[in-house]
Amino acid sequence: MTNKNQKMPEDKSPFAFPDAVEAVPAPDVAPPLLVNADNQGKPLIVVHNMHKTYHLGQELVHALHGVSLEVSHGEFVAVRGPSGSGKSTFMNLIGCLDHPTEGSYWLAGRQVSHMSSKELARTRNRLIGFVFQGFNLLSRASAKSNVELPMIYAGLTRELREHRARQALHLVGLESRMDHLPDQLSGGQQQRVAIARALVNSPSLLLADEPTGNLDSRTSVQIMAVLQALNQQGLTIVLVTHEPDIAEYTTRQVFFRDGRLMRDEPVQSPRDAQADWVTLAQQNPDENFIGRA
Amino acid sequence: MNKSDQARGTSFSAGTKASGTSPKQHHILPRLKKEDFDRADKLGINFSVAVEALWANRLRSLLTTLGIFIGVTSVVSMVSLVQGISANWTDTITSLGTNMIIIAPGTGNNLANTGLSSSGGVSVNSRVTSALPAAETTLSLTPGDATAVAKLPDVIEASPILSVHAQVIYGDQNWNTRIAGVDASLQDIQNWSIAEGSWFSASDDQGARSVAVLGQTVYQQLFTASGEDPIGKTIRIGKQLYRVVGVLATKGGASSTDDVVFVPFSTALERLKTSTYVDQIVVKVDDASNIDAVQRNITTLLEQRHHILRGSADDFNLTSSKQLLDTFNQILSLVTALYVAIASISLTVGGVGIMNIMIVSVTERTREIGIRMSLGAQRQDILNQFLIEAVTLSLVGGVIGMLIGLLLGFELTTRLGVPFVVTPTTWLMPFAVSAGVGVLFGLYPAVRAAQLDPIEALRSL
Repeated sequence: MTNKNQKMPEDKSPFAFPDAVEAVPAPDVAPPLLVNADNQGKPLIVVHNMHKTYHLGQELVHALHGVSLEVSHGEFVAVRGPSGSGKSTFMNLIGCLDHPTEGSYWLAGRQVSHMSSKELARTRNRLIGFVFQGFNLLSRASAKSNVELPMIYAGLTRELREHRARQALHLVGLESRMDHLPDQLSGGQQQRVAIARALVNSPSLLLADEPTGNLDSRTSVQIMAVLQALNQQGLTIVLVTHEPDIAEYTTRQVFFRDGRLMRDEPVQSPRDAQADWVTLAQQNPDENFIGRA
Repeated sequence: MNKSDQARGTSFSAGTKASGTSPKQHHILPRLKKEDFDRADKLGINFSVAVEALWANRLRSLLTTLGIFIGVTSVVSMVSLVQGISANWTDTITSLGTNMIIIAPGTGNNLANTGLSSSGGVSVNSRVTSALPAAETTLSLTPGDATAVAKLPDVIEASPILSVHAQVIYGDQNWNTRIAGVDASLQDIQNWSIAEGSWFSASDDQGARSVAVLGQTVYQQLFTASGEDPIGKTIRIGKQLYRVVGVLATKGGASSTDDVVFVPFSTALERLKTSTYVDQIVVKVDDASNIDAVQRNITTLLEQRHHILRGSADDFNLTSSKQLLDTFNQILSLVTALYVAIASISLTVGGVGIMNIMIVSVTERTREIGIRMSLGAQRQDILNQFLIEAVTLSLVGGVIGMLIGLLLGFELTTRLGVPFVVTPTTWLMPFAVSAGVGVLFGLYPAVRAAQLDPIEALRSL
């Protein structure tokens, strides 16, 4: 606690890093192949030499050629690259939606690469929160019901589900609209509902796949402000984007090209989305974002 | 790789170290504890999701249930009809006496002579007690045959029956009914009980007196209006006068059983139908186990009396009440099987309809399935969701079908005058059948949904 705030923006309170929902990795688990320099806290994500090939008709496509990467707790990583670079495949793999063809993937101390599809679903449910480009809310369900979905599959009681759904929507400033259907909400609001949904099971990792792709630039900044605030409270976020200015809000960028990790570099001075948004809002004072989070 | 790891490590690993030493909840939402998980049942939610999805496409859902609905309606109405007729018949047949053999003229088989060849339930009932229409028979039985049969071993009594239809008149009331000339023993053979007065005596028969015993229906038609006591009153049958000596209690069952006037056989022979032949002979056997033996004896006896050569066809035929019941049950199960077959076709069509619409639904909702999977739904959860949806669809059809089927069954049985019987089968079967159809035809689409690849599903529109 004492020495940990060195890299954080000064305006935020000290935060704790999220652990895996089901706590500490067991010591007898085989050690990750790549570990942090200090080897104290294990990285949240350890990917080693990951390959993915799949058939596209008759053709064999090599989507990933031996990618290795580590992501520590509390990082905000932007995954960048042109389309076809393998970044989506990479996202699917670290999102536990698919198995790598070769290589290993450890998430919060568990080896995901050999999990059954049942265990993968369980991992997605409890360790990962997804935010998609198209929001992916169920159109017939209210904001609150959408937010409750992951908790339903986690088998939480109804009281707890309702309580947490309310909390999560409060966190993204949409508590007053929790009974609205998605099509009664703006794009930015829908994405905030999606973020609330991604948070309800207290995941260790938030995966955002082009979360601003369907939004105008001002709303994009707003969403980035929400993500930044979450990250500052200790949530690990991996974000896929092809927009350089969106990546500037993160703390680290990795570049994919032709199925390989080409570059991995920290963002020297991440932009402050909250400040940018305030500037934008002052320029166009018609929208009114009850920004909290 | 190493280079990048180091680059990141220098700037970010310090925080990780802190978390390793002092694990704290992050401030976003309270962390879930292990005991929070797997507490709630997902099936109830799946059910409400199913109802919601079906409601969202109500017209489509309603049209889909139509197949099941029609199938179940037809089964339920037919089952209640068949059960009603069955109850009625069983009543009627047992009320005629269980140790009874009916000898009828003609070479026809049993079916024809018991009236089962005719169509409606009601007319079938009347055939049991009435003489056969002349068109179907050649007259061959004589009163002498009856006397001879009565002397056979194990035969308690035998009575000839001579039937005519005539108008019966009392005061200003009149009623067209069946007049049966019978021996005094018929009361015992057919288990008639007396409501008022008495059966005519053997001496009435020998003296060919003009006395009559009224069936309950005839009594009601002639005497209820005036409220008079019928005993001792004189009624007119055709152009002749008869004195009423008794009124019979109702037998229950088919009303036509009570629609009869009994007069002494000799009286009928002399005054109503001048014929040397009788329409029927009813025989009472001492014990049900002797029925087969007595039937053989009667056959031998009558073949001798009628001079029928060995190998040529008999001019009479025998039916026991047991056979009647058996034959009747056989026909009932045949009719039931027929309707079950028709209903199965309808239910299959309905089931295919459900399967079809569920496949459409799964295709339409591929993205939803992908979303659910990405949020942690197990394949089993997706399977359950769509299976429950299919079963709900089918059950709704089944329940509507059952209700309308019962209404229809009630209407039909009331119109035919048979009892409306509802057994547990009548209302449990539609549930079982429609749930079964839902599972059977919903399984394939549900499995298809559950087997979707989450990535592919998320990519679909």
